[in-house]
Amino acid sequence: MRKFLIINLLVILVACFQTSVMAQNHDHSGHNHSSHDGHSHAGHDHSSHAGHDHGSHAGHDHESHAGHDHAHDGHGAHHMVCGVESDHSFDIGATALHHIADANVFTIGPLHIPLPVILYSKDQGVNVFTTKKFHNATLAHHADGHIAHNGYVLHGGTIKRIDPTYKVNGQSFNSNADVDIKGYVWQPAPIYDKDGKDTGKTKETAFACDGKNLWKLENSSTADFGLFGGGFTSFIDFSLTKNVVSMLLICLLLFFVFRSVARAYAKREGKEPKGLQSLMEVFVVFIRDEVAIPFLGHKWEKYFGLLASIFFFIVGLNLFGQIPFFGNANVTGNLAVTAVIAIIAFIVTNINGNGHYWGHLLNPPGVPFFVKIILVPVELMGIFIKPITLMLRLFANIAAGHIVLVVFVGLIFVFGKEGTNIFGGYATGIGSVLLSLFMMAIELIVAFVQAFVFTLLTASYIGAATEEAHH
Amino acid sequence: MLFLAGGLELSPIKPDVGLLLWTAIAFIVFWYMMSKFAFGPIKDALKKRDLDIKTALDKAEEAKAQIGDLEAEHKALVAKTQEERAAILKEANDTKNSIIEEAKAKAKSETDRLLTNAKLEIENQKKKAITEVKNQVGMMAIEIAEKVIKKDLANDANQKSFVNQLVDDIKLN
Repeated sequence: MRKFLIINLLVILVACFQTSVMAQNHDHSGHNHSSHDGHSHAGHDHSSHAGHDHGSHAGHDHESHAGHDHAHDGHGAHHMVCGVESDHSFDIGATALHHIADANVFTIGPLHIPLPVILYSKDQGVNVFTTKKFHNATLAHHADGHIAHNGYVLHGGTIKRIDPTYKVNGQSFNSNADVDIKGYVWQPAPIYDKDGKDTGKTKETAFACDGKNLWKLENSSTADFGLFGGGFTSFIDFSLTKNVVSMLLICLLLFFVFRSVARAYAKREGKEPKGLQSLMEVFVVFIRDEVAIPFLGHKWEKYFGLLASIFFFIVGLNLFGQIPFFGNANVTGNLAVTAVIAIIAFIVTNINGNGHYWGHLLNPPGVPFFVKIILVPVELMGIFIKPITLMLRLFANIAAGHIVLVVFVGLIFVFGKEGTNIFGGYATGIGSVLLSLFMMAIELIVAFVQAFVFTLLTASYIGAATEEAHH
Repeated sequence: MLFLAGGLELSPIKPDVGLLLWTAIAFIVFWYMMSKFAFGPIKDALKKRDLDIKTALDKAEEAKAQIGDLEAEHKALVAKTQEERAAILKEANDTKNSIIEEAKAKAKSETDRLLTNAKLEIENQKKKAITEVKNQVGMMAIEIAEKVIKKDLANDANQKSFVNQLVDDIKLN
């Protein structure tokens, strides 16, 4: 408990530092933005951006990003991109959602780390390079790329493709060479249906400006099948994004930690645990005694690897996402990640489901026929609802934590009237900092609780599926 | 809905195909590696340690019981020894007493015997002496008679004084 409190305190101290830096940034931010062509980028990565604009402030967390959005948005009103004025005002909700989304760049303090890019499209095949290709010779302090590489651009930290079917004056974009991009702009674009007919509706769409023309951008494919406005597009992004890199880092870290713990057990066989070993033993024994054994009985050993992996994978990524300055990856708050873990839990549960489980599910004993007609479909739906709730619970909890933090900080820019009301900015800043500190403390607990809940429920589902008949 | 707001082109609720794939790969590899090289061995080590501790405790309990048994045995042995010692002492005492008694009895009987013998001897000697006396008296009587006969028996007075003298002699004996 004490150890936990100390960690908590440390994080709060760091947060103090970070938010104070951010507040300063804010004061500067309303003014001299010199270099960029007025892009209204919402989703670019955080801190180094500040360094670029102001030259002075190095690291700050994603919360601070809100300020830049605002700054650029306000700024954008004075700049024209290919003759189009970009005038998005600061949207706190959109900012928050952008900040918790995945990105193709990894930011540590003022550094942008280029990440490997793997892209697939039917017409171009596989493209492998790094995000450096989108920048000028020196890595730009900006998550908007200045170069279109093979028709791909980096917009707001995310790789997009210039729509290969989009034509300006009958000409398609030259996707075989590197083309300089002057800036990006949002404007309504008509929506076409499957047959290419104009539906008469429009949608805010991102365009890239090559200095002469605006080119419509396409997002990468998402597996929501159009449910949330995404779907399959002309290319799929298999890049090692910020989330993927975070995940790999945490997996490696956990592997080395637990490998050394396992070695300690072999080396100090029969002796009391020591150091890292005794710290980790608390968690391992907790998962064993409070999760695995109560739900799985004597079969616990078979599933212990999965349960411990789920717990440490989630808790590791939850905590990693809370480290200020360090990428601020929102991995477990991304539906794709929680979906995969939930699907694995679902597969393990149902593959191991025994006759007793399926029997009770498909033909519940002692239930009248007319009730069965209702009960069986409900039970069958339950099989799928269980992993869906697992997926949504973790996603929503972690994403909400990140959103709340961004919103608290975003309030500074709302009440500071985008840098013009310094008093409002300071006054709100104090309140926001306190609220942010409180949220960060809460999020530390949430990180453990949600990992525990996910593991516990997975164990209970597997336990229910593998329970032997007892009547 | 905020999520569907126009212009918002990326959000965490749209699962990226690439992220899905990488998560699946990363998690499955993580699961396999951790189970095989970390959680598996840790689980086994913990299980073994628990078992070892349990065995050690059981053994300690057993040893404790054994020590208890030994103690009881020891106590019984001590008690038995003491009993035996007492018995031996008693026996020795008895033997001593009986020996003394016996010795006493023997001594007494010996004394008695000796006394009886002495008495008998005395009696015998007495009888012998008496007999001798008797014999001598007889002899004397005969001698006297002889002498009397030999002497003149004319004088009665002489005779009488002589006889009296003889008789006095006998009395002296």
